Amino acid sequence: MNSADRIAELEIKVLKPLVKPGFGYNLVLVILALIVAIGVFFWFGQLRQGLVVTGLQNQVFWGLYITTFVYFIGISLAGTLVSAVLRLTGQHWQTPITRIAEIITGAALIGAAMMILVDMGRPERLLNVFIYGRIQSPLIWDVIALNTYLFGSLLYLYIPMIPDLAMCRDRLGESISPIRHKIYSILALGWQNTQEQKESLEKAINVMSVVIIPAGIAVHSVTAWLFGMTLRYGWDNSILAPYFVTSAFFSGIAMVIVAMSIYRKAFGLEKYITQEVFVKLGWLLLTMAIVYSYFNFSELLTEAYKLKGSEQAFLSQLFNGKFSGYFWLFFLANILIPIFLISWSKTRNITGITIAGVLIIVGVWFKRYIFVIPTLSFPMTPTYYNAAAYSPNLAEWAITLIGLAGFALLIGLFFRVVPAIPVWEVVHDWEKSTTPVTDHSIRFGAAKGGK
Amino acid sequence: MSISRRNLLKGLGLVGLSATLFPALNKLPGLDSGASATSEANPGKAKFAKQWVRVIDLKKCDGCEGLGMEPQCKVADRNVYHTREGEEWIDVRKVKGEGGSSYWMPIPCMQCENAACVNVCPVGATYHNESGTVLVDNRRCIGCRMCMAACPYDRRFFYWDDRKEYPQDVFSEYSPEFPLPPVKGTVNKCVLCEVFTQNGKLPACIAGCPRGAMYFGDLESDVATNGLEVVALKKMLAENNAYRYKENLGTKPRVYYLPGHGQDQGREPRE
Repeated sequence: MNSADRIAELEIKVLKPLVKPGFGYNLVLVILALIVAIGVFFWFGQLRQGLVVTGLQNQVFWGLYITTFVYFIGISLAGTLVSAVLRLTGQHWQTPITRIAEIITGAALIGAAMMILVDMGRPERLLNVFIYGRIQSPLIWDVIALNTYLFGSLLYLYIPMIPDLAMCRDRLGESISPIRHKIYSILALGWQNTQEQKESLEKAINVMSVVIIPAGIAVHSVTAWLFGMTLRYGWDNSILAPYFVTSAFFSGIAMVIVAMSIYRKAFGLEKYITQEVFVKLGWLLLTMAIVYSYFNFSELLTEAYKLKGSEQAFLSQLFNGKFSGYFWLFFLANILIPIFLISWSKTRNITGITIAGVLIIVGVWFKRYIFVIPTLSFPMTPTYYNAAAYSPNLAEWAITLIGLAGFALLIGLFFRVVPAIPVWEVVHDWEKSTTPVTDHSIRFGAAKGGK
Repeated sequence: MSISRRNLLKGLGLVGLSATLFPALNKLPGLDSGASATSEANPGKAKFAKQWVRVIDLKKCDGCEGLGMEPQCKVADRNVYHTREGEEWIDVRKVKGEGGSSYWMPIPCMQCENAACVNVCPVGATYHNESGTVLVDNRRCIGCRMCMAACPYDRRFFYWDDRKEYPQDVFSEYSPEFPLPPVKGTVNKCVLCEVFTQNGKLPACIAGCPRGAMYFGDLESDVATNGLEVVALKKMLAENNAYRYKENLGTKPRVYYLPGHGQDQGREPRE
């Protein structure tokens, strides 16, 4: 097959879902939208009556919302790693999935911001954060870091999308409504695929890949410090920031694996998102699982060895107390089984790695839960009247699902209008793979460049 | 118009940056209390005019068990500030002592000098006033509950809902010193009865203690009283091996405990 045919086939493949996404895909979106709508209904109730509608109390005053916030922050590192880090190191195998990774970042950050909003006692006073913000507060660090990273990653999502938007503008023609056509042409910023445009685009992408990495690391560290700056057992820990960063990479990669597995099937992209991509991401996942367990071990060992203060009582909640079920299940289902699935050559395939990914994205949420809740359940003084165990109620779950279903919905809607695979980048890689790679281009990761 | 895109973006960036940084930078000096929500300037770490402290004589406290009543400090507080059960601005608990003993320990807000709650507040809604009391401005609080996470004494609570139990609260004029009516979705805590002390009265918990176990004092003028006697504050602290709760955390609490086991009340030190 010559390259023109190959490109034409790819274009048809990726543009088809934008016009005819299929009944099943639309149905899923409708269901997700319904879940979000139910959550919003409950949220209105919460706005009217206050946080009393949740299961939260003075002892455990952060619950599902903050758990899910931390979860989303973790997931959001996906785009940075897959897209920016690998791009800078001159890798090319990840090109077909960069857009999936980047939209996961964007949607997860929006989800995180949403969870903070629903957790606030007075959401209408959100602007106080900007009016009276105190730089001494870790929460303000988080506001700054999250906004920077959100803005940066949306930009980083958008810039490499320009040639594809131009493709939509040029190829979709009469099959879409004129308004949508107009929007494509506005967003394409007059892209004509000239040499000059290509060069400035590549430059912009390279700059953004460098800028986005510290922003991503910052948002995870700062979220860790939100907890690490308190004096509570389980949080008062200097390892928390690097620990959060690795666990973010860990869950982010898993989310990318699951998402690409879904889109591969839903849009029939088997030819482009190959087993090679899965296996390589699998190896990355394995590495992160090991680093993550190492940090976890190091943290628990230093605490459990000295048993400072009431640390013993706190840790026994995790090791054999009321949270031990989650705790040990996490190690089994989210560390050991994935490591096994990726290491064993018989399961090191698309199915095996996808199962590992699903296990991790579910399990990491529970891991966040047993990061937030046990610490708060453990009173700092002998005084709490109501030491009743926290259990999230229906309203709280429904409102949390605004975030979780909304995250999936945002991604789903996004790929209704934008190609799931960055066509021009893939084509560019095909063209480049015929030209010899020089030392220079590897060193500078002239990723999509190739002078 | 010939604004290039580059300049436009630059301008937008600056606006965005200043919006986040300027309010924050204004608050940088006076790390501790510069961000006071009240308008009067608070000179940060400068010397306080007064420094209220409380001294709790554990030898005298029996949790009002001997009187067959609920701890009266708690009750007095509830009557003034309409706090709910489980929201004790001062709580009294029986705790374990050495050698199988037990004793009663009142735990109020420590009004810490290096208050973790004040440090983490994102909007400066919680602050030290001129006499060192940590107050909450419920009109500014955004309800993030970061201060509740930070407090190592569990002495901050949240108004989870609109309170209807005391309809007369609507007649109070809200001030951080007297935080009624309660503001839904914000944090509440002990205000050390600022309104009382300004008028020469003792805080409710101290006036309410039938044992005279709690002293209210001023470190600057070195006197303290439990409403029955006036004592030299520093001398009392020195002579009775006063300690502060969780002092190793570095919060510099302003509540001192005098150790003992409630022996003055005729209770057995051993249970």
